[in-house]
Amino acid sequence: MKEINKILLLGSGALKIGEAGEFDYSGSQALKAIREEGKYSVLINPNIATVQTSEGVADKIYFLPVTPEFVEDVIKKERPDGILLSFGGQTALNCGVELYKKGVLAKYDVEVLGTPVQAIIDTEDREIFSSKLHEIDVKTPRSIAANNMSEALHAAEELGFPIIIRAAYTLGGLGSGFCSNMEELKKLAASAFSYSPQVLVEESLKGWKEVEYEVVRDGYDNCITVCNMENFDPLGIHTGESIVVAPSQTLTNSEYHKLRSIAIKIIRHIGIVGECNVQYALDPNSEDYRVIEVNARLSRSSALASKATGYPLAFVAAKLGMGYGLHEIKNSVTKVTTACFEPALDYVVCKIPRWDLSKFEGVSKVIGSSMKSVGEIMAIGRTFEEVIQKGLRMVGQGMHGFVCNNAKIEDVDEELSHPTDKRIFAIESAFNQGYSVERIHELTKIDSWFLEKLKNIHDLKEELQKYSTVRGVTPDKMRQAKQMGFSDFQIARLTIKDDDTSGTHQNMLKVRAYRKEIGVTPVIKQIDTLAGEYPAKTNYLYATYNATETDIVYEHDYRSVIVLGSGAYRIGSSVEFDWCCVSAINAIKKSGYRSVMINYNPETVSTDYDTCDRLYFDELSFERVMDIVDLEQPKGVIVSTGGQIPNNLAMKLYHQHVPILGTSALSIDRAEDRQKFSSMCDSLGIDQPRWRELSTIEEIYKFIDEVGFPLLIRPSYVLSGAAMNVVSNKEELLHFLELAVEVSKEHPVVVSEFIQQAKEVEIDAVAQDGEVKAYAISEHVEFAGVHSGDATIVFPAQKLYIETIRRIKKIARMVAKELNISGPFNMQFLAKDNDIKVIECNLRASRSFPFVSKVIKYNFVEMATRIMLGENVEELHKSVFDLDYVGVKASQFSFARLLQADPVLGVDMSSTGEVGCIGENYYEAILKSMLSVGHKIPEKNILISSGPARSKIELLEATLMLKEKGYNIFATGGTAKFFEENGVDVTLLHWPDEEMEPNIMEYLRNKKIDMVINIPKNLTQRELDNGYKIRRAAVDYNIPLLTNARLASTFITAICKLDKSDIAIKSWDEYK
Amino acid sequence: MQHLKKAKLVLEDGTVFEGTSFGYEKSVSGEVVFYTAMTGYPESLTDPSYKGQILVPTYPLIGNYGVPVKTEENGLPKFFESDKIHCTGLIISDYSFAYSHWNAEKSLGEWLKEEQVPGLFGIDTRALTKKLREHGSMLGKIVFSGEDIDFYDPNKENLVAQVSTKETKEYGTGKYKVVLVDCGVKYNIIRCLLKRDTTVKRVAWDYDFSNEDCDGIFLSNGPGDPALCKATIENVRKSLKKNIPIMGICLGNQIMARAAGAETYKLKYGHRSHNQPVMTPGNARCYITSQNHGFAINDATLPEDWQPLFVNVNDGTNEGIRHKTKPFFSAQFHPEASSGPLDTEFLFDKFIENIKDSTK
Repeated sequence: MKEINKILLLGSGALKIGEAGEFDYSGSQALKAIREEGKYSVLINPNIATVQTSEGVADKIYFLPVTPEFVEDVIKKERPDGILLSFGGQTALNCGVELYKKGVLAKYDVEVLGTPVQAIIDTEDREIFSSKLHEIDVKTPRSIAANNMSEALHAAEELGFPIIIRAAYTLGGLGSGFCSNMEELKKLAASAFSYSPQVLVEESLKGWKEVEYEVVRDGYDNCITVCNMENFDPLGIHTGESIVVAPSQTLTNSEYHKLRSIAIKIIRHIGIVGECNVQYALDPNSEDYRVIEVNARLSRSSALASKATGYPLAFVAAKLGMGYGLHEIKNSVTKVTTACFEPALDYVVCKIPRWDLSKFEGVSKVIGSSMKSVGEIMAIGRTFEEVIQKGLRMVGQGMHGFVCNNAKIEDVDEELSHPTDKRIFAIESAFNQGYSVERIHELTKIDSWFLEKLKNIHDLKEELQKYSTVRGVTPDKMRQAKQMGFSDFQIARLTIKDDDTSGTHQNMLKVRAYRKEIGVTPVIKQIDTLAGEYPAKTNYLYATYNATETDIVYEHDYRSVIVLGSGAYRIGSSVEFDWCCVSAINAIKKSGYRSVMINYNPETVSTDYDTCDRLYFDELSFERVMDIVDLEQPKGVIVSTGGQIPNNLAMKLYHQHVPILGTSALSIDRAEDRQKFSSMCDSLGIDQPRWRELSTIEEIYKFIDEVGFPLLIRPSYVLSGAAMNVVSNKEELLHFLELAVEVSKEHPVVVSEFIQQAKEVEIDAVAQDGEVKAYAISEHVEFAGVHSGDATIVFPAQKLYIETIRRIKKIARMVAKELNISGPFNMQFLAKDNDIKVIECNLRASRSFPFVSKVIKYNFVEMATRIMLGENVEELHKSVFDLDYVGVKASQFSFARLLQADPVLGVDMSSTGEVGCIGENYYEAILKSMLSVGHKIPEKNILISSGPARSKIELLEATLMLKEKGYNIFATGGTAKFFEENGVDVTLLHWPDEEMEPNIMEYLRNKKIDMVINIPKNLTQRELDNGYKIRRAAVDYNIPLLTNARLASTFITAICKLDKSDIAIKSWDEYK
Repeated sequence: MQHLKKAKLVLEDGTVFEGTSFGYEKSVSGEVVFYTAMTGYPESLTDPSYKGQILVPTYPLIGNYGVPVKTEENGLPKFFESDKIHCTGLIISDYSFAYSHWNAEKSLGEWLKEEQVPGLFGIDTRALTKKLREHGSMLGKIVFSGEDIDFYDPNKENLVAQVSTKETKEYGTGKYKVVLVDCGVKYNIIRCLLKRDTTVKRVAWDYDFSNEDCDGIFLSNGPGDPALCKATIENVRKSLKKNIPIMGICLGNQIMARAAGAETYKLKYGHRSHNQPVMTPGNARCYITSQNHGFAINDATLPEDWQPLFVNVNDGTNEGIRHKTKPFFSAQFHPEASSGPLDTEFLFDKFIENIKDSTK
């Protein structure tokens, strides 16, 4: 075997549904393992907000698309000895398989480390996979592969309905689903064939238990299973959509070990070296089973298993890929035992998905065999009741646990039998209506064991409701409630009856005070992989009420600095805040303090116990943060690097005299509270779009008379534009007001004028004692109206007036001074003809901090953290003119997974991830970043449906360039007419509803179009329907789609000016 | 929910844990040991090796899948490791009053009551485990109010004599005749042998098998201090002079060692789990094993013609021995599993191969 010194690792690119932050964690772990071996690492990943693309993790980083062409270019340049394919999700795996098939790896003599590519192919092609498993007498669902529609229909006849269909080679179950008749089959199979040339028709095992094992094998054929997990939801709901517990709860020893042995048999037979995941269906009435899936790579489940057990699967898998045996690797928790063991848990964990379906227009909320959730949380405790209640709070959608919510379930039976994202709350509604566990089991097929535990919570709720004061609750009952995971808030809501006006937070404080008086407080336990069998100095902790002794001896030396994390990944808050938290943690350690992290998202690097000195894998609620503050007695708490969740805690913590580091909580409040912020702007002479905080319709009508439509409507505490929308008439206004009120009763509705055709500009900055020490000004490609999280962002700004930049700097300085900012902050502006209006100000790190930090090559969060710790920092003198390159951040959308959602951008955010690429110039950076989020340089046919007059004009010049470049342009009626009038030769395609040939739908279905540009026009219902059909078809048939005229013309200019060969293959450090 | 009685677990160092009873209500005393396996309480409770011990599973949620039905197969209960619960008491963190499994017929609490074994829940089992780890296994008692009793050290007694069969029994009709010396045998050992074409003659621990006409001898697992099994050791010593294949498990491993002339000692808190890695010296193959023992062989005292067969990867203790030339070997762990991983069941195949070779 040749010596391996230089290793290439493929990342997973932008976060998308089915492929999220877990691959930043697994890639970071692999890079750490490579570094520990003294080998040189090269990373390709355009996701600039990740921890793995930070300085000091990989030796060389390319912010380039993870596609065979670009990876080949990097291989040609870097000539690595080995490549790791299993740490970057399906994206990296698919790319690796293609490189292997094309002979690229052989050509450049790059050895695939770990699992051989043939083994990957064996698990990915479902037919080979089934026959492989049958060779060793392992059962798989009866299934028939179909290569076209008629084969699929035949297969269904043979197996009998219900059946499930799956597309091969897709991300997290894309194009899969259940069909109970021919009609459903035809529809689903058509969509599945558009993703994959092969579709599998399988027997349905709906209602069986779903169980997973994480299996590891080394080159010496040693095998272990690190963890097993049981889905709370029965088979039929994708494991990414299921509530999952670890270890399994309802399996006997015999079932557990039967499946474990099969998993080991499989990993040996397939020949995996590293890690794989085996998913089973288990008959709830016998020991019969089927193997549903084997993933020959690190996965979301493996990240969860690592966090659930403390066993670093990715790190170990990387070491095994480099030739080690399991027994030669140390257990990184105990440091005395080896990695060749199976963790013993003395706690239970529960994973719950987070959905953001309400952010999308038209999407179906039913959960099923393909994945729609955007993030997940993990709760740790010592009873199921404790973890499920903790977990439901962690999800962060306003729920207080299993009980005491305002969840409205219209039709309980329907919700139980056809689950949506609200299913678990329907169970509580069913209990309230007197349903028995048996009845609920019949409807849901959820194992009665789980339902009985939920019933325990429900029963205790009923008991607590009988108290009329919290002080009437006996200490035993109080303890029991806490042991079942009730929060102070839930207890307050159930027991405090005297309807005083002090509010829920005050009532919660009453519960807390009483509880502490009677000695009902949580204890902190360690996760040590061996259930206490060996002494371990582990820093991986959780809080529980189901125990009496805390494992930790606290120093109380006031050197602990607590960083509050960002919680579940969601639309508007994901890996970028994890990067901010990890940067803060690193800075804290560098400054000699004890870094303490609180977070509960298993997909993150910040919840890797290796990252910080002490990790509390627990809730980011006021209650739990206070519990930890009481125990740690820290020097201070950092609330400004974890996004909106910690930011919203600032005032509450401040009132309890918790030392908040950096900018004062009062200042944070002045920025968050629109009224206070606005009067501050007025006094400083800073302009804002006209707005009003209003609580009656009459007031709103009066305001409309003043400013006219369109208007922007939102609740006052905003998280990525929840319930925020632009309305252009009274009808829309009333509709959205109803939605906004439902989101938050505590805060009234804010109505502001919406300025069209304005540029949006952002400043990310760090200040100390009110003095700006570093700043970065970036601009959006799209005009205002596209949420900043969806916009394409250019840094340094390329097309702003110097005057605009100067004014923005000046405003930022004034605000920093006025609010006496010490730490990070971000402001957003509208700019129209040098006229600047402030639209947003956050006294915390923003989503774009990692992007600007990495482009300017100066870590803003590290600087901010040092300031918050009280150190003096030098002002950053690098100006935009010092940068000989441009960075562009582009957004990744996951509409393909969100069936029926309208893939259009608006003021509410809908992207699930982003990339950031660096180019020699604006267009090169645009091209790289757009290719990184799945756009392609079109081959020849482009469809343009250009919407309103303004965007027609916007696109005219771009279309001329396309013609010159030799592209065929297809256009819809109005667009075609406009282009013809302007001398551009186009082919007319008829609207979907015209049913005339040539029709757009036929062209899309048969993939005669390489790119679709469809600019929505807010006119008649007919145009909207037609537009929706085109956009949706583009997404469903996997054709790149652009819906913003500014972005479309920019992208077109880029592809016309540059060829693929003009794209520089340069690593981050080569941009100087 | 029925009225639940409180009770205490008292350790010999004076530590007291308060819990709630879900089993039989009587005070008992024994040796308190923890085990870290996450599955298999019906198997563990009926394992005769736990005789005299108060068990503490570190996994907090117990009772989830109830207790299986008492079906028989080949004259043995299909889902249990012996005919009754052998441990003295059970201490857990969280008890599932409601259970759910297709194969269950009663709850764990009901079973404990039937078999008159006390069980407590609501105890910080991690704190208790850490105490046992630091101090070593301790004597302890479960005390119901007004019913205090003395501490009792089971290791001073010949527990093997208590759990061994009183009469000789025969199972199966296979080709190879195996004498199984029952020092407290787990039924899965018999099942593993029967699967391999054997007739098993199960004899009492002190039965003299040295002149028995058989193809192989099997030394079972069992409770307590191997030094107390003098009769068994003496009989094995006689057999070692011959060439009939012998295999031993757990206590059988220790008895084999003592018969060969080596010494055994008490571990601080023993190995009781499903996740113990063992390796063959000089080999990169590693196995995950199920273990349940408080005593171990001192490798340094092994005579010249014997060698370690397995070592524990975590703490380097002995996990098995073999004779360098004769067909004798034994394992400290449980290749028959039940409960636990099935990775080392191939040792039974090895035993049968030895029998085949010697009967050629």
